[in-house]
Amino acid sequence: MFAAFLQYLFSGLTSGAIYALAGLGFAIIYNASHVINFAQGEFIMIGGMATATMVAAGVPLYLAIPLAMVASMLVGVAMEKFAVEPARNADVVTIIIITIGASIFMRGAAQIIWDKEFHSLPAFSGETPIAVMGATLMPQSLWVIGVAAVVIVGLWYFFNRTMFGKAMLGTSHNRLAAQLVGVAVKKVLLASFALSALLGAVGGIVVTPITFTNYEAGIMLGLKGFSAAVLGGLGNGTGAIVGGLIVGIAEAMASGYLSSAYKDAIAFIIILFVLFFMPSGLFGKRGTDRV
Amino acid sequence: MRNLMKWGATAVVVAGCSTFAGQAMAADPIKIGSILSVTGPASFLGEPEKKTLEMYVERINKEGGVLGRKVELVVYDDGGAGEKASTFTKRLIESDKVDLLIGGSTTATTMAALPLAERNEVPFISLAGAVVIVEPVKKWVFKTPHTDKMAAEKVFSDMKKRGITKIGMISEDAGFGKSGRDQSLLVVKSYGIEVVADEIYSPKDPDVTAQLTKIKNAPGVQAVFNFGFGQGPAIVTKNFKQLGIAVPLYQSHGVASKDYIKLAGDATEGVRLPAAGLVVPDQLPATDPQKPVVTAFKKDYEAAFKSDVSTFAGHAYDGLQIALAAINRARSTDKAKVRDEIEKTSGYVGTGGLVSMSPTDHMGLSPSAFHMVEIRKGDWVLSN
Amino acid sequence: MNLMTARTGGLAALAIVVAVAPVGFSNSYFYDVGVNAMFNAIVCVGLNLLIGYAGQISLGHAGFFALGAYGSGILTERYGVPAIVALTLSAAVVGILAFAVARPILKLKGHYLAMATLGIGIIIHIVLKTEAGITGGPDGMSLGNFKMLGFTIKGDQMWYWVTGVLLIFAVWLSLNLIESPVGRALRAVHGSEVGAEVVGVDTSSYKVLVFVVSAVFASVVGSLFAHKNGFITPDIGSFFGSVHFVTMVVLGGMASVYGAVVGAVILTLLPQLLAVVEQYEAMILGVIMMGTMIFMPKGLLPSLMIKLKSREAGR
Repeated sequence: MFAAFLQYLFSGLTSGAIYALAGLGFAIIYNASHVINFAQGEFIMIGGMATATMVAAGVPLYLAIPLAMVASMLVGVAMEKFAVEPARNADVVTIIIITIGASIFMRGAAQIIWDKEFHSLPAFSGETPIAVMGATLMPQSLWVIGVAAVVIVGLWYFFNRTMFGKAMLGTSHNRLAAQLVGVAVKKVLLASFALSALLGAVGGIVVTPITFTNYEAGIMLGLKGFSAAVLGGLGNGTGAIVGGLIVGIAEAMASGYLSSAYKDAIAFIIILFVLFFMPSGLFGKRGTDRV
Repeated sequence: MRNLMKWGATAVVVAGCSTFAGQAMAADPIKIGSILSVTGPASFLGEPEKKTLEMYVERINKEGGVLGRKVELVVYDDGGAGEKASTFTKRLIESDKVDLLIGGSTTATTMAALPLAERNEVPFISLAGAVVIVEPVKKWVFKTPHTDKMAAEKVFSDMKKRGITKIGMISEDAGFGKSGRDQSLLVVKSYGIEVVADEIYSPKDPDVTAQLTKIKNAPGVQAVFNFGFGQGPAIVTKNFKQLGIAVPLYQSHGVASKDYIKLAGDATEGVRLPAAGLVVPDQLPATDPQKPVVTAFKKDYEAAFKSDVSTFAGHAYDGLQIALAAINRARSTDKAKVRDEIEKTSGYVGTGGLVSMSPTDHMGLSPSAFHMVEIRKGDWVLSN
Repeated sequence: MNLMTARTGGLAALAIVVAVAPVGFSNSYFYDVGVNAMFNAIVCVGLNLLIGYAGQISLGHAGFFALGAYGSGILTERYGVPAIVALTLSAAVVGILAFAVARPILKLKGHYLAMATLGIGIIIHIVLKTEAGITGGPDGMSLGNFKMLGFTIKGDQMWYWVTGVLLIFAVWLSLNLIESPVGRALRAVHGSEVGAEVVGVDTSSYKVLVFVVSAVFASVVGSLFAHKNGFITPDIGSFFGSVHFVTMVVLGGMASVYGAVVGAVILTLLPQLLAVVEQYEAMILGVIMMGTMIFMPKGLLPSLMIKLKSREAGR
């Protein structure tokens, strides 16, 4: 019995860590700009696809990874520069449509640049399952969890201990005030897209050995990442991680103990209930409206 | 706004006219219309199907066409959506005035297009799996792939042979897996096999160890049967190995492409599945009439596209060959005559097997079209 | 000449467009696309009340659309209920469901609201997909023509005219709603919810009202779509469907009834026009979406109207 429970938990942690990594990207851009970037999943896809195709073409992994990260970052910067920046003062919904347009564009480009097939990467440290009290875990799952942990610590340091990070945080709280005290708001926005695209790529690279990737892989990851970020409270990195883990574990427990057909629905019902009682998510700040 | 709407309307008209103009110039070609899921979740069906159709139409035209007429192919991408399939089918019938329809990569898109073919009396050869397409028989509708029911029967008879009586099923919740699961549950009892665990996953789930753990812990499971296609079965296979489940794993014909082995790697060792002769052309006995056909097709496809051939590409090939042969026999593109000739298809040797249709059987494949295949060291091994 | 602001003028223009468009239709495929465009337009006119006027986003309306479609499908095919009764019953059920979830959901703001409506849409989609015994599952279900009082709507041409009349009715209805005290209250909600509350507007009731109205619009169109198409799959209720509707509204122009119509028509026609460019379709669609929103952040129609007006003023 306990072994089964532990296995469900491992299954949930594996999915949850993937969702959490996706959710973090949403949190960063939201932090700096209050924009929800629906193309976040595509950054993940680009990271995974670029690395997988390069490795398949014979590029060594240690070279393919940084190249894919740079490629994804460039796409993020281009998106901010050419699509988001020009519409900065538009409505929230307008910007949402722009980012959805960007995601459709990136998917379309990916199927032409690469192809429509699924690609995989070899697991970083082999495929021998780790046995823990009757349950098993793949080493790659530990990679995903570990990378998520490193990223969250790194982000905490960046936002709280570096000047630029603080400037980003300040911009999110009050753009005008930040500008007045000398923060280059435009640069901050650009950096936030670069950072979250980079993070997306990292996520895409570590999850590809588990989930595989193709030009449409970003849709599901984006959706789950958005759910994780909202559940945790927008703009809160820790929230995104916790949100992702909750969604992942809820799905696994639901398929283990209730119904695997309804596991996704059960995860969404949990999210709805949390929002009914905590309208700003688990760790979100209660917003106040100015008249 | 009025201008905008008119702009839209005229643009459609222009688009329509240009295809009409194209038709007039090419001295009355034979027009074949095709709706395929070239993008979307079923793109690994639609993409090879489209490539195959295009390649062979080009080749046939180079060789002088059919009945001395060129063959013209019009393909629309339905993205796997039934509603789009329905509109595009209408467009093929009404605007492009096609003589015959091939396509419907998935059961849903086929079922959406089917009433239109029936109503407008256009011969329609579907490339989708589910048995509902041809049972009950619809006058104008045919199909080339094996049904999910045949696949299930093949798997269950193999299990029976090995004395397996209790199995766990894990199926994908999208069209192919869902329909396959339902058909499996219908026929499983007649093989004396009991389904003791019946689990579902979504095609894009990153991990299904929870479902597999439940199956593993179900009392008396002697084998696991997975119905699905795309990356899902590859993840199932990897998780299956991760959990160290000691019973045999059966897959459906949905994974009969090298991509599956590539994705799931070593975990595929020992996986058994029903597949058409196309995946093991070299291992077919020399007496097998399919051998030359599948060998040639595999060579053509892999030379042209530098990627491994899949049985889905074969369905499109069979559909096109059956259609063109029927047109040839009918000596015209008269829809009623072509339909009658398709129904009279007899002894056609295709990539899927031997096809002999009749007024009561619009698929015409016998169960022997399937071979049981086992994966050994990353390759298919015939195991009959 | 200022046709658009005068209610009757705008309606008359719309009626003329609907009546004249078939001149360019050479066969029933064109009518089919026309009907689909108008179906989407009706849903968007309803959704625009919610997004454009009340300022509340919904990423779940395809779910209501699918419930209407499946309600009609199941009631007429499995229980032999007359089509019009099935349509009404489905709309009533959807209305009640929307009412039940509206209060807790509409308390949420911005992206949290988007998430909640998205969740509801996805849950509906999963139920339709899973309960194959009733819905036919992912392979879809077929249903018959729309029959009413011994009269059968069939063929794309007849559907075109029926839908045309319904579209004009829907536009008229929503124009009336906007001009009513409800509409003024809604605009106050959009401007500043707290401000509206302070001056005594019962904001949450109004928001609930439009949410229910827009859901019922979607459900009714869903029912009609199901009969017209004769075959439905759960995917009509997917997340993409919802995003598609919102895109139509925003692209055409929020807070503009005719803008919603324009957006719906354009986004229904685009895939048909882009079908010829094959694999570049997605990239072009993405560029068009981004470009429109960057250069016309208020949406196509309002931005064009502003340009037109400023040119007239300059003359």
